[in-house]
Amino acid sequence: MTTASTSSKAPSRLARFRSSYLLYSFKRDWIAQVCFAVFVALVLAAILAPWLSPMNPYDLAQIRILDSELPPFWIDGSDPQYLLGTDAQGRDLLSTILYGARVSLIIGFGAVILQALLGVTFGLLAGYLGGRVDAFLMRMADIQLSFSTLMVAIIVGAVIKASFGGAIYSEYAVFILVLIIGLAEWPQYARTVRASVLAERSKEYVDAARVMGFRAKRIMFRHILPNTLSPIFVISTVQIANAIISEAALSFLGLGMPETQPSLGSLIKSGFDYLQSGSWWITLIPGGVLVVLVLVINLLGDWLRDVMNPRLYKG
Amino acid sequence: MALLEVSNLDVRFALRQGEVKALRDVSFTLDRGERLGIVGESGAGKSVAAFTILNLIAKPGYIADGSIRFDGRELTTMKPRQLQQIRGNKISMIFQDPMMTLNPVLTIGEQMIECLKAHRRIRSRDAREIALNKLRQVYIPSPERRLDQYPHELSGGMRQRIIIAIALLLDPDVIVADEPTTALDVTIQAEIMELLLELCEKHNVALILITHDLGVVSQVTQRTLVMYAGRVIEQGPTREIINDAQHPYTQGLINALPQMATPGQRLNQIPGSMPSLANTPPGCAFHPRCSFSDDANGERRRDCREVIPTFVRSGNCDVACHMVRELVESRPSESDASDDNSHKHREAL
Repeated sequence: MTTASTSSKAPSRLARFRSSYLLYSFKRDWIAQVCFAVFVALVLAAILAPWLSPMNPYDLAQIRILDSELPPFWIDGSDPQYLLGTDAQGRDLLSTILYGARVSLIIGFGAVILQALLGVTFGLLAGYLGGRVDAFLMRMADIQLSFSTLMVAIIVGAVIKASFGGAIYSEYAVFILVLIIGLAEWPQYARTVRASVLAERSKEYVDAARVMGFRAKRIMFRHILPNTLSPIFVISTVQIANAIISEAALSFLGLGMPETQPSLGSLIKSGFDYLQSGSWWITLIPGGVLVVLVLVINLLGDWLRDVMNPRLYKG
Repeated sequence: MALLEVSNLDVRFALRQGEVKALRDVSFTLDRGERLGIVGESGAGKSVAAFTILNLIAKPGYIADGSIRFDGRELTTMKPRQLQQIRGNKISMIFQDPMMTLNPVLTIGEQMIECLKAHRRIRSRDAREIALNKLRQVYIPSPERRLDQYPHELSGGMRQRIIIAIALLLDPDVIVADEPTTALDVTIQAEIMELLLELCEKHNVALILITHDLGVVSQVTQRTLVMYAGRVIEQGPTREIINDAQHPYTQGLINALPQMATPGQRLNQIPGSMPSLANTPPGCAFHPRCSFSDDANGERRRDCREVIPTFVRSGNCDVACHMVRELVESRPSESDASDDNSHKHREAL
């Protein structure tokens, strides 16, 4: 497609979206609307964290240890400077949550993009080519699934820490986590895509494409892939939520983000020790944000699944 | 030299239950601009024949033997790259169901332009112009709008027109049409067939029409191939086959047409059904259903049961039947069908 032909089509695309079932169902579903609003608000807050947050939690010069464990504003003894209170190091909790959500979302999306790249490619190849390629890739997927994400993370993390040292690990922790969660979960995509490809491959438009003399690569990516997008979208929402949870779990166990670059998970962990001493907010507020984020993504995913699966059309 | 020469083609499917012979010893030729009909019941191997011409038999199927020569080039041993240049470009295909043949997520224009760009070095704007031109040729109203529409926004007849336009897009030498009208309703069927015929004549495109509609075959094609259980059992000029069928199976097919029945009586039919290709009967595959192959004692003739019939020339047709061979050999100069019967055929079709 050249830019000329796409730009001439642009208004009709917008018009198509306006009259689409997707928008129609969105307008009629208040849960989806609320979830979408919350999700967008959280994502925007995370993206704009450097401008929104009162202080930079990564900047040690701004931290005053004297202000540690201050409660949120509605409790006596709070400091109006710190809306949601501070953690044990005296970092502003609101700021750390915004930055933490940012890290969690980056890892969530990054891991899912990696999963999707691997899973969709392998799924397409396995489904379209079949035979030995299929058997090999799917057995790989089975083997991969038989290791839990946590185990992979522990092994990879230990190997990297042992060979490069903890400092390097902390520096590249985001990429390492994306890699670990991405590698551990690609079979989910591969299986879903493969199943759809098997269904699509037997349709006549694929024969027609072969008759027109298109190459296998082109048929796979341009003809079959767009027809398998609905399940890919649906599973993506679930996978993003899963990846965020996996990251939080890893960080909680001390295998994820270091405390100097906290994600929501490592925030929960860093406050966990103070839960008994009365400073509950250090753990519970980031925990609440994590729950809301994951819940909202999952509810959006549910809505998307209902919209995209014509068999579930209601009424 | 013929444009397309298929000789002694054997196609098999290696299934778990054993090997299924889908095509056996199939030979035919097609000249430039000629229109050939392939008829037969479901499962006779018509569609397999069509796919084989493009060397597109999907696994577990494979070409076990024989050759397909297109324009002097052998397709069975050709490298995939070169084959891709022939598919769509020199030989294109029209499928049965227009609902299924177009990719549901790409617009008509995208699909047509993509096809052009796959075979020619061409700018998108020029490709769009060619696509528009072809849409006009198949009489699609407001073609500019259709280019930006998706397949689901169009009716069945319209889609089949678009598929014909796509088939003609690269000015091919041969179009293989695999039951192009079966999925359409009767009024549209006639329109589409007429359109196809008109375009083939205008552009001198050879057509292989695969169908089980003998009426369509008689209107459109010049030569006809009758298939049964993976074999060609009769071939010759369409007019002769329709008016003066030699093979008992072809006769049965023609007698089974609703037009051939006596009003108020049951429709004629060939008893039984076609054998599975996995275990075709020995000898002539049609002998268990054949109503002529009994000998004087009321038993199936031995040669029909045991010997695979070879082709024998009768008139301008080639027929694979032991009884026809006997008839021809005993009365070489005479055509044996009664005049009365052939008149009836002509009226019916």
